Amino acid sequence: MIQIHCPYCGETLPELEFTYAGEAHIDRPENPSDQTDDQWESFLFLRENVKGPHFERWRHAHGCGRFFNAVRNTITDRFYITYKAGEPRPDLATLLEEDK
Amino acid sequence: MSKHISSLAPSVVVDTAAARVAVSQLIGRISLRARGDLAAVGKAIGVELPTQIGACAKAEGIEVACLGPDEWSLLVSLDQIEKVEDALAALYPSLPHSMTEITGREVTFTIEGPKTPDLLSIGLARDVASIKVGQARRTLFDGTTVVLWRDSDTSFRMDVWNSFAPFLATTLETGAKELAAELA
Repeated sequence: MIQIHCPYCGETLPELEFTYAGEAHIDRPENPSDQTDDQWESFLFLRENVKGPHFERWRHAHGCGRFFNAVRNTITDRFYITYKAGEPRPDLATLLEEDK
Repeated sequence: MSKHISSLAPSVVVDTAAARVAVSQLIGRISLRARGDLAAVGKAIGVELPTQIGACAKAEGIEVACLGPDEWSLLVSLDQIEKVEDALAALYPSLPHSMTEITGREVTFTIEGPKTPDLLSIGLARDVASIKVGQARRTLFDGTTVVLWRDSDTSFRMDVWNSFAPFLATTLETGAKELAAELA
């Protein structure tokens, strides 16, 4: 079973307590009415579908209930880092270097 | 106060040499969400709110567990619950928060006996030892979200939603009997 570190609880816990919540760092447009149909399509539906390190959201649903972000390798399921929602996107090259 | 509609009345679910599981007496429960001046909330309810997730605090007739960064579960004796609710309502204009009485939503199982950690491990995804004595956690037990309070090495309380209670009672009963059979 995958062990996931919850940045709010400060504990590394079994995957069962968590739920996956899609790709991270997708910002809602500041002025939705200014958006074109193509921009809306991209915001709502188009995702990176990364093979390898993926920035994604998780929720500690059966625990503190918080959403947080993680970088997970979609091939190996390895978590490089988890961080609180709202924190800046970590630099991927640094993460991969630290993980070596 | 909301009406208690649990299908499980206070009673002993199972009592074996390994573990004893019982449904507790009715107790007042409040779910509290708040941010900002937590000291003021603590003053109003008469016990300081713990801020570390999993930490508990206790005072006369009231017990608090921190479940999330801005979420607490309060167990309040029935004779004090209105007082606590009034105190929080009085605080509302200066510190908006969410206070919901959930007395009728849950029942509590008290689980004690020498094999209690083993009994819990049948349904708990996380390590029982990661919950220290005097702490509480919201977690998953046999597919159901529960709040687990650890009172000593071998005694726990488990807050369960009413609709899941009969199912979890059966799980605990089966487990306690199996563990007792191993002892015999």
